[in-house]
Amino acid sequence: MSLKITGTGKACPEFILTNSDLTELVDTSDEWITSRTGIKTRYISTDETLLDIAVKAAKEALTRSGIEPGDLDLIICSTMQGDFITPSLACQIQKEIGAECPAFDMNGACTGFIYAIDVAKSYFDAGRAINILIVAAEQMSKLLDWKDRETCVLFGDGAGAAVFSKGTGLLAIKITAKGDDKLLTIPGTSGNSPFWTGSREDSFLHMQGKEVFKFAVNAMCRDIEDALDQAGITMKEVKKVIPHQANMRIIKAASERFGITDDQLAVGIDRYGNTSSASIPILLCELMESGELREGDIVVLSAFGGGLTSGACIIKI
Amino acid sequence: MKSNDTLERVANMIAEFRDIDAAAITGETTFEDLGFDSLDTVELVMAFEDKFGISIEVNQDLKTIGDVVDMIDKLVE
Repeated sequence: MSLKITGTGKACPEFILTNSDLTELVDTSDEWITSRTGIKTRYISTDETLLDIAVKAAKEALTRSGIEPGDLDLIICSTMQGDFITPSLACQIQKEIGAECPAFDMNGACTGFIYAIDVAKSYFDAGRAINILIVAAEQMSKLLDWKDRETCVLFGDGAGAAVFSKGTGLLAIKITAKGDDKLLTIPGTSGNSPFWTGSREDSFLHMQGKEVFKFAVNAMCRDIEDALDQAGITMKEVKKVIPHQANMRIIKAASERFGITDDQLAVGIDRYGNTSSASIPILLCELMESGELREGDIVVLSAFGGGLTSGACIIKI
Repeated sequence: MKSNDTLERVANMIAEFRDIDAAAITGETTFEDLGFDSLDTVELVMAFEDKFGISIEVNQDLKTIGDVVDMIDKLVE
């Protein structure tokens, strides 16, 4: 089907926040965070804009792909919130890298990268594109209540990018949505309209962790199974599985149900925390850089998150 | 279903989940007694959901094994 990966890139802010640093902010401990999430450190923005890291990741992906910015037919940026509400982060990236193609943001929350691949597939299938740049960039640190110990320890900032070109590498893809505005939410900005009589909530992330955990494990298992069926392959033929990095316990629970081996499983939550939709392309880039994923290898991507959304795809490198 | 049967099935599943003696598990045993944290409890609840074909809301207070057994009995009725 329709596309292949021609280059990947990633970037994070410089500042590394450790679990012990967090104990100075909220009542928590390294032991508590590590045993419940698997997170040890995460990157947090200090003076970097989201555009800074998004462009760095995008340029790295373009350089590796050998494709000129002028040869891009579309830029899709997966983000929950760019530096501006308008212009879109994708349009800012287009300007910074010197591309001339259409560009837009989309919000599939943590599943955003898979959603973006699904859109890209449609462009390739319709003959509307030869090269598409997808950048997943998230600055979770701006969406967190740093006084809430349940959530502020979980997330990090980061960007991952991939250039996709017309090809035959996509073996299967599936995306889902199950609308819900209770379990995982970040209220929007409320402005200062003197006429608005409704509530004015802070724009902070809220999560009912236990229910989200259930949703995540079930979605991951169901989506990967469906994608394997669609591709007509078994897990044994898969070189690497890159699950969305939300919580090591979710990843382990789903992996055990599936018989995914430690060698197959890509893990970055310990070093990055949950970077929302950036988590999968960051690890994809790491595996391409290290040579753990080579041409001909099969990789499974699986994500779940706010929406509630979920999705999985299988790509032959 | 009688709740003694449910308790036995639940105890056996817990025993399998974490290498615990099923005979030592009663309705009064708490998840904390078993050394389970909140996410262990969720994983167990998910196993119960599969086994009994039900859907259990995990945001409510489930402290003891008896709480879960009651919940399962109510949902499978």
